[in-house]
Amino acid sequence: MTFEWAVIVSNWKFLLLQGLLGFGAFGGGTLRLAIPAIVLGFILGIIIGMGRLAHRPWIHYPAVVYVEFFRGVPLVMVIFWFWFLIPQITGQRLPEYTVALTAFVIFEAAYLGEIVRAGIQSVPRGQIEAATAGGLSYGHTMLHVVLPQAIRNMIPSLVTQFIVLFKDTSLASIIGMMDLTKAAQTVSQREIRPFEMYLFIAVVYWIFTYSMSRFSQWLEVKMSPERAPTRRAALRAAAAEAPA
Amino acid sequence: MPLTGFLGIQYDFQWSVLWTGGHGEWLVQGIWTTLRLSALSWIIACALGILSGALRTVPFAPLRALATFYVEFFRNVPLLVWLFFWYFGAPQALPRAAQDWLNIHGPEFWSAVVGLSVYHGARMSEVIRAGIQSIPRTLLEASVATGLSVGQAYRLIIIPVALRLIIPPATNESLNLLKNSSLALTVGVAELTFMTRQIETYTAKAFEALTAGTLIYLAMCLSIASIMGQVERYFRIPGLIARVGRAEH
Repeated sequence: MTFEWAVIVSNWKFLLLQGLLGFGAFGGGTLRLAIPAIVLGFILGIIIGMGRLAHRPWIHYPAVVYVEFFRGVPLVMVIFWFWFLIPQITGQRLPEYTVALTAFVIFEAAYLGEIVRAGIQSVPRGQIEAATAGGLSYGHTMLHVVLPQAIRNMIPSLVTQFIVLFKDTSLASIIGMMDLTKAAQTVSQREIRPFEMYLFIAVVYWIFTYSMSRFSQWLEVKMSPERAPTRRAALRAAAAEAPA
Repeated sequence: MPLTGFLGIQYDFQWSVLWTGGHGEWLVQGIWTTLRLSALSWIIACALGILSGALRTVPFAPLRALATFYVEFFRNVPLLVWLFFWYFGAPQALPRAAQDWLNIHGPEFWSAVVGLSVYHGARMSEVIRAGIQSIPRTLLEASVATGLSVGQAYRLIIIPVALRLIIPPATNESLNLLKNSSLALTVGVAELTFMTRQIETYTAKAFEALTAGTLIYLAMCLSIASIMGQVERYFRIPGLIARVGRAEH
């Protein structure tokens, strides 16, 4: 068996500019999908996470159902749902990019919401009591006392979840969005070089995810040097529960 | 039952498509394939996870490096890419005779098994490692101080405690494997999501088909989670897991 690695060199523009970055006739793009999905998913995740901690049952229970539902269903299923539902509701076919982005934001918010909830719960009760005793309203307590500490505690799990989300964007290729995976598929079908193509994009994905994971480890140590290794390992174990 | 009015959507529900025309059998076959694929991959993933986890602690650098490479490379690349690699790419590297054999025997199911188990083995390895690391060193020291040998301490104290500690994250990871088995549809394995799509294609009843698939996945995941919740409560170590293990569930 001979390999022909030149196929990567001759197609690098299509793979990296179109597939990875989304510059090109097809739209899409792995990074162009992943970055807004992370930002919007995190915002929705904060709402869901705080909703789960609310005392009012009509906020609490919908948030619980939301999280449990999306965590019990494969992402592919959710993507197919939006692929089918969005044209039904809006009455027109939307680009694959929009469908994929909607599905990712709504799906990942369930996981990010759980991380936000755990982060908020990791702030000692005394902090909230002290802030209330000091005369801060609920909103101010959350904004100035709880969330800054909670976000610091969440960062390792958050970065892990962002890595997961980045990897998950490959699923957008199933509905035909031109991301890195779809670009490799296209090239490998034309050139009949699947081995070289898929190994190449594996390395491209790996470069991004691995540097994110190293960054997270660095950040963890940098932000909380006082933490015992056991606590860090426990947090990492919790982060490892994230989906694929 | 026609439904009109909600958000201006018009849709004619016809739930009977799920059990008429042999579609019920499709769903049952899909569930069976999903369970078979997941169970087989789960067993191999656990074995790979334990093996690579153990290799990362041996006092021989090349083996440690090999295990670290395996874990860090395979878990950080999307499963979908691995499935395509194992299904389309890897056979290309095999000798001609082996390729022919694969083509006759249908490589879909087995490449999905390889893809899922190699990917989840790397993830399982991290779960196991985090579990072992979360045990304080003092527990080993205390065991040795009471007169146990290191081997005995591991066999009687450390491993039983570690196994209990990793029940919640390992359950989660196993459910991830079950949900990820749905990606096998991309390489043509007739599992549950594949069958759901097939019913949709044949009947054009997407809402019904997707609802069936979604509810079946939910039922599988929630029932496994609740069984493992019972197991976890039964084996809980008072005062040790407290919140840490459950916090991010």
